[in-house]
Amino acid sequence: MGATNRKLLAGATLFGLATVVGLGIAGWIVYEPEIPRIKPPDRASLSPALIRRGEQLAAVGDCIVCHTADNGPALAGSRALATPFGTLYSNNITPDPDSGIGNWSADAFRRAMKQGVARDGSHLYPALPYEHFSRVTDDDLDAVYAFLMSRDPVKKTAPPNELMPGLGFRPLLAGWKLLFLRTAATASNPSESPEWNRGRYLVDGLAHCGGCHAPRNILGGEEWGKHFAGGVAEGWNAPPLDASNVSSERWNTETLYEYLKTGTARGHSSAAGPMGPVTEGLSRLNDDDVRSIATYIDSTMHAGTVTRPAGRRVAGDAVQSHPATSTLFEGACGGCHEPAAPMASRGRPLLSDTSDVNAPDPRNAIQAVLQGIKDPTSDAPFMPPFTDNLTDEQVADLLAYARSRFTSQSPWPHLANTVRDIRKENAR
Amino acid sequence: MTISITVNGAKHEIGSDPDTPLLYVLRDDLELNGAKFGCGLGQCGACTVHIDGKAVFSCITPVGAIGDRSIRTLEGLGSVDAPGIVQKAFQDEQAAQCGYCIAGMIMRAQALLEKIPDPTDEQIREHMQPNLCRCGTHARILHAVRRASDVMAGVIR
Repeated sequence: MGATNRKLLAGATLFGLATVVGLGIAGWIVYEPEIPRIKPPDRASLSPALIRRGEQLAAVGDCIVCHTADNGPALAGSRALATPFGTLYSNNITPDPDSGIGNWSADAFRRAMKQGVARDGSHLYPALPYEHFSRVTDDDLDAVYAFLMSRDPVKKTAPPNELMPGLGFRPLLAGWKLLFLRTAATASNPSESPEWNRGRYLVDGLAHCGGCHAPRNILGGEEWGKHFAGGVAEGWNAPPLDASNVSSERWNTETLYEYLKTGTARGHSSAAGPMGPVTEGLSRLNDDDVRSIATYIDSTMHAGTVTRPAGRRVAGDAVQSHPATSTLFEGACGGCHEPAAPMASRGRPLLSDTSDVNAPDPRNAIQAVLQGIKDPTSDAPFMPPFTDNLTDEQVADLLAYARSRFTSQSPWPHLANTVRDIRKENAR
Repeated sequence: MTISITVNGAKHEIGSDPDTPLLYVLRDDLELNGAKFGCGLGQCGACTVHIDGKAVFSCITPVGAIGDRSIRTLEGLGSVDAPGIVQKAFQDEQAAQCGYCIAGMIMRAQALLEKIPDPTDEQIREHMQPNLCRCGTHARILHAVRRASDVMAGVIR
């Protein structure tokens, strides 16, 4: 055997070793043991007080929204979640032993919530916001567990996910977690009130507000440096919850409380798009916790200052500068949105007050016109969808007119193109 | 200023202001009285007609916004002597009590069946949701949509 051969052999051995060690490390990162099945806990063994507390915490977490299909049984999963990476279907979290989580122990449930690992050891997609749930105390998670285990079991298996090629390989998620999952619990801040601290604990943890209100990077991780800088959810903008929010100066603890608890802050704004179900969930949460959330969000919205470009006062000129659109507005919108219309006299937000018409990006205003807005907590009058009544150009003209007439913001550029793009998105 | 619109295949010149609701033009100028005035705010569906085959509230659609898109009303589906399939299904199921919402219901159902000829019960409920009936004949209305779908498919006559 020549020297070259020996070198080759040594090289090959070294490469082999490195591969084994590498695979070993990867395996160690990826591997999570199965947690043994249990017999579904007897309902009678769960304390009613614990179940009630869990029910309130589950309302904060809004479990029911993602884990219930349209018109499907509550918490039995199968709701389609469109993500940039494909469509995921939520799991059944009723205590059915076969298709739900009936044979999960409290340990298995806690691990799923904090580390995103299912009972059988497989990794869960971060559509389950374990980035946030990792901050929830074990006590609270045990209460949520008791609540879920006290529900009626429903047999229902979710359809298989439809993801981009390769992403169905769940061990990859271990790498995602290495990059983005922070497990540090939220330390309380002694210089702030107990209410503020409670609010922060709920917002950063179970309520997972950052899940929509923080921008995400290309791999779908929340950009932690840009906490509350605003994001996109289901085709709607989730507005910033920091000082950069165009209406931040007008929000305070009281209006935020009213908004979160009822879906509408009088003379202010109405929850639309995916925020509707969120406020519907919070309407069932105790007043103290909603107030805590409002207190904390009020503080994030007023932390620091942001310089805004000076507004261009054009209100009043609008009718002269958009004569044809002013007529269209009277016919399509005026019945509700003229300042003297019945809607205004009942305390509903005027267009001049709404964040959507004042926002730097027209997306939500366009969505409101195309899809309408339904009151999330009642059968009160709603904004009907205009998607089939108006053309892209008409929607753009109306919004340009409304912005110019009711706000002092500068015009939105390329409005007609944006309307066309969003309409196409909605049709998918 | 005249506005020209196409309703049920016929072209009309209208002398109304462009902000006049399409509903008023249909009823007052063209005497097509199928579509009803309910709330005038796009909340009840009694005024439902089609623009390019899609069901819309005509009370919140200004006539000036129609352009060259084509409008269809209840009268475009059939007549008393020769009712359309959906109209006939509503009659056969006796879906009307006071009848005020029915023109809108039929137009809404027609739009669904043209897009999805064999809808699930869930799809029917979801699609019909914007239209209100105060008498409470919802079960019969749902049966009528199902019947119309079955007739279109040739399952029943």
